[in-house]
Amino acid sequence: MEILNDYGIVLALLGAVLVALVPGIASAKGVSMGGIAGAGVITENPSLFGKILILQLLPGTQGIYGLLIAFITLSQIGVLGGSGDISFIKGFLYLAACMPMIIVGYTSCIRQTKASLASMNVVAKRPDQFGKAMIFPAMVETYAILALLISLLAVNGVGGLNI
Amino acid sequence: MKKLISSASSKNEMTDKQYLYAVSRIRFKEMALLGRADIEQLMNCKTEKDCLRYLSDKGWGREGQDESSEQLLTAEREKTWELMDELIDDMSVFHTFLYGNDYHNLKAAIKQAYKGIEDFNLYISNCTIEPKLIDQVVKEQDFSVLPEHMRKAAEEAYQIQLHTGDSQLCDIIIDKAALDAIYSKGKSSKNELLAQYVEIKVAVADINIAIRSVKTGKDEEFLKRALAECESLDIQKLIDSAKEGIESIYEYLSTTEYSDAVPALRKSSQAFECWCDNRIIEYIKPQKYNPFTLSPLVAYYLARENEIKTVRIILSGMRNDISDTVIRERLREMYV
Repeated sequence: MEILNDYGIVLALLGAVLVALVPGIASAKGVSMGGIAGAGVITENPSLFGKILILQLLPGTQGIYGLLIAFITLSQIGVLGGSGDISFIKGFLYLAACMPMIIVGYTSCIRQTKASLASMNVVAKRPDQFGKAMIFPAMVETYAILALLISLLAVNGVGGLNI
Repeated sequence: MKKLISSASSKNEMTDKQYLYAVSRIRFKEMALLGRADIEQLMNCKTEKDCLRYLSDKGWGREGQDESSEQLLTAEREKTWELMDELIDDMSVFHTFLYGNDYHNLKAAIKQAYKGIEDFNLYISNCTIEPKLIDQVVKEQDFSVLPEHMRKAAEEAYQIQLHTGDSQLCDIIIDKAALDAIYSKGKSSKNELLAQYVEIKVAVADINIAIRSVKTGKDEEFLKRALAECESLDIQKLIDSAKEGIESIYEYLSTTEYSDAVPALRKSSQAFECWCDNRIIEYIKPQKYNPFTLSPLVAYYLARENEIKTVRIILSGMRNDISDTVIRERLREMYV
């Protein structure tokens, strides 16, 4: 068990890396797709830039949430200060704590991108309906926020455990 | 010489893509499509000139040019292709709509070679193979440079025209090859809408051929040569029912997905044509809400074609003093 304890930090770091990587990749893809579709709208009506930009950026938030969880995890496991003495169980718990943001961050981002693109099509045809169109992708954000909350509480909670 | 042939065999990589930029732009373009209210406005115009003025105000035709009806419609078709060319990297996905023109040009080239005349006005310019190349191929009888789907039919049709002078048989061979090429291109496009479009296009052509063959007393052999295979119709059953008469064809169609076409077929060929166009519009309407894939682009193209056809009906109706009721009977459903 003592040998395994040497790898606790590895598991915790793996969680931090994945939570920064996975939602980050999804956000990059989502914002890129939004940019492509947005360019099409702007080609025809440049005055819609502001509205389109908001819709393009919506899938970008998951990457930020992932970064936040990664940052807190790194702070707690001793990579960015604090104690570096992480047992195997604790390392595993950090990894598990990152999981909601990794999985929900990725899936919600992909789905939010689709909703954003559909809303861009609405704005292209009916710019006056921007408010309503923005609500649809924004609703997907709820689940990313819930995952962020759980991961945040879990990472903080694991830090307080004496195992 | 082969360079003149568009890359018909190039991979359909674009069909797997999302066409995000293109679909966004198409959403804007859709707003400029003529709706039911515009068609009513056109119908309320007193003369063809008034119609042209209304269309010009809607942005139809080339700017600053005083165009005739035909020039205006040609300009609109050109604009659609220019837009598609701008939006789609690999235009081979749209070859489904151009194969018909290629085969028309082949027919024109064979007829010209047979009669020893040369008239480039008979060729349609919007195609996948340069008309010049087709003309050259027929003159030199070197059919190997043609795409595979056209090669065999071109050679056979040429030989029949040259040795028997049977223009009808020559046309049948080319028309069937065209339908086969359109069908296989649409089905292999991996795009559901294109696959649906070719299905209805070929089935409608088969129904038309079967009905015309009954009316003109053609035999089974003719039908076997003329009818193209498709999934929604059993060609053998269609041939069998055609042998028994027109009512038998209606009976057979009543058992297929084209059962609601029977009343239109009983009415007139124009009513059937109208039914076909309306059915295509019904198929494509859900694409107005689809933000991805090639389908909204295909739908826009078909909507534009439908729009141009409807405007042509109104303009020619006005020009020839056809009654309002008759014109209205032929008007198509609009996409928007």
